[in-house]
Amino acid sequence: MSAREAIAGALRVALPIALALTVGGAVLLALGKDPIDYYVFVVERGLLSWAGFQESLTRSAPLLLIAAGLIVAFRAGIWNLGVDGQFLLAAVIAAALAPELIAFLPGLLTLLIGFVVAALVGAAWSLVPALLKARIGVNEIVTSLMMSFLGISLANVLIKIPFNDPATTVPQTRTLAVEDRLPRLFDTTVHAGIVIAVAAVVLVHLMMTRTAFGLRLQMVGANPRAAQHAGLDVGRLTVATFALSAGLAGMGGAADALGVLGTIRADWDPGYGLLVVPLVFLARFHGIAVIGFTLFFAVLMIGGESAARRLGVPNFFVLVLVGLLLLFLAVVEYLDQMRRRRRVA
Amino acid sequence: MDAILSPAFVTALLLGAVTAGTPLLLAGLGEQIAEKAGVLNIGIEGMMLMGAYVGFVAAFTTGSFWMGFAGGAAGGVAVAVLMSILCVRLGMNQIVIGIALTLGAEGLTALLHHFQFSRSYPRLPDVPVLEIPGLAAIPVIGPVLFAHHPLVYLAVGLVVLLGWLFRRTNMGLNLEAAGQKPGALDAAGVGVIATRTWAVLTTGALAGIGGAFMATVGAGLFVPFMTGGAGFIGIVLAMLARGRPLWVMLGALLFGISLALTTAFQVAGFNIPTDVVHMLPFAMVIVVLVLFARHSVLPPALGLPYVRSDR
Repeated sequence: MSAREAIAGALRVALPIALALTVGGAVLLALGKDPIDYYVFVVERGLLSWAGFQESLTRSAPLLLIAAGLIVAFRAGIWNLGVDGQFLLAAVIAAALAPELIAFLPGLLTLLIGFVVAALVGAAWSLVPALLKARIGVNEIVTSLMMSFLGISLANVLIKIPFNDPATTVPQTRTLAVEDRLPRLFDTTVHAGIVIAVAAVVLVHLMMTRTAFGLRLQMVGANPRAAQHAGLDVGRLTVATFALSAGLAGMGGAADALGVLGTIRADWDPGYGLLVVPLVFLARFHGIAVIGFTLFFAVLMIGGESAARRLGVPNFFVLVLVGLLLLFLAVVEYLDQMRRRRRVA
Repeated sequence: MDAILSPAFVTALLLGAVTAGTPLLLAGLGEQIAEKAGVLNIGIEGMMLMGAYVGFVAAFTTGSFWMGFAGGAAGGVAVAVLMSILCVRLGMNQIVIGIALTLGAEGLTALLHHFQFSRSYPRLPDVPVLEIPGLAAIPVIGPVLFAHHPLVYLAVGLVVLLGWLFRRTNMGLNLEAAGQKPGALDAAGVGVIATRTWAVLTTGALAGIGGAFMATVGAGLFVPFMTGGAGFIGIVLAMLARGRPLWVMLGALLFGISLALTTAFQVAGFNIPTDVVHMLPFAMVIVVLVLFARHSVLPPALGLPYVRSDR
């Protein structure tokens, strides 16, 4: 790689982020808030303060698991946009199951079962879009989104009726005691979910780039018809991709439910799914690169949450930033293509 | 069970279905136009939401529902302009831009709402209703069919108008060609980019009016994220309708009924958790897709940017 290419590569990442933060700052300015104050506060709270940094690391766990799932799907050319439903449904079922199991099973086994069940729930929730896509070729964007809305409502029904803890006034699942949750790392408040999440991202990256199965998925992603001609069972690979992707999102739900919250309240829906999409694009579906971007975004979220309380800038601002980030990513990508085309021509 | 069949219940259900179905109808018709021209408009949710916000602000400041719809159309078109420049003219990925626009519109409208209205939550006055003299007095059928805001009748008129446009005019054929075989349209001397740009802008206007209807006539106020997936349902309607506006209307009515069940159950005195009722339209979408998706037909060039040199 020449120095010029390296600079171009760095610009492809830095430019969209810088543009999104600048235009986002202009929005803040228009609303009568000082953007410099806001960004400085976010970095101080999310990154530079020890408590905030631990929170950011903790928040990275579910985001990374979702990112791992999206990398599998996007590399295989499948738009799994139903992550939020898969995540929430898995989180609620894991949260409801763990307090029951802990009564007669050892703690680690309970947590392990919680993660496995969450992965299965997530995967099961992707079955309808996967089969519709594999069998009759229905566009998976729409179906996975619909299943997501359905899953979020179903999760709330589950919390309010079968899993409701009668001991509380607000509808929520039974609480898993703090000492039974995912173990903390060393002397920090960061739970072991981050280890699972980083391992998942690395494993997914190795699977996609180093194994025959990963290569098959990439072939389907690059050109499904060519893959079919090469003798691959595209339908089965589609279902497998969806199951893996949604299973990882489900594990993300377990990480939040069993690591941080211990109980899920009705109407809790963090909506991480679509927020992670630009991070995966920034990383160009690269598993190792996504770790850095996810941490950056977690800092933004955690810092943004305390800015919402202290500076009166509601957290919706993060949504604006994410939209802008995606937009500028596409624009920078386009300019880069133009530049290459000109050089060839 | 008597309560289910009571006139009050049926009237509430069907009346609610028309109110809830009208935004879906407008969004579905809009999406149909874009899809015919070969643009998969995932940003329609953002266009509706922007329309809902701008429409509410316009109606609230001017006191006129019609100004609200005009504002809604402007809001939807504003988002659609971005989409048409980035996706149609420059050929960027329609899905990425669509998600970006939806997220951006969600965040921006919620932010603006927070700074303007979150303390007061102002409401609009009651909706002016156009009662067709005589007919509106018929029990059940009268209020359901003949006593709505005039926009509802205009939306139904639009179904007829589009049906004629699609089949009988050059404009409709150009639209169809832009999605079926853009190269052929270009060769015939009609600009593909221009055709698709008009299609996307029209989608924005219709989706924006749909959103504005939701906020002004439907709810009487703006709530962040209030479209709640209605734009995406519009995409499903367009997918299943196979290019026919009448089918979009039937679908919109069907989904309108499932959305209206909440209020109707309350009228009838049933106590069903709202979450169960929220599941209905989406469950219906899935069931309908499983049963009928085999028959859905999408234009071959859907989602693909048109680049002249690749022709």
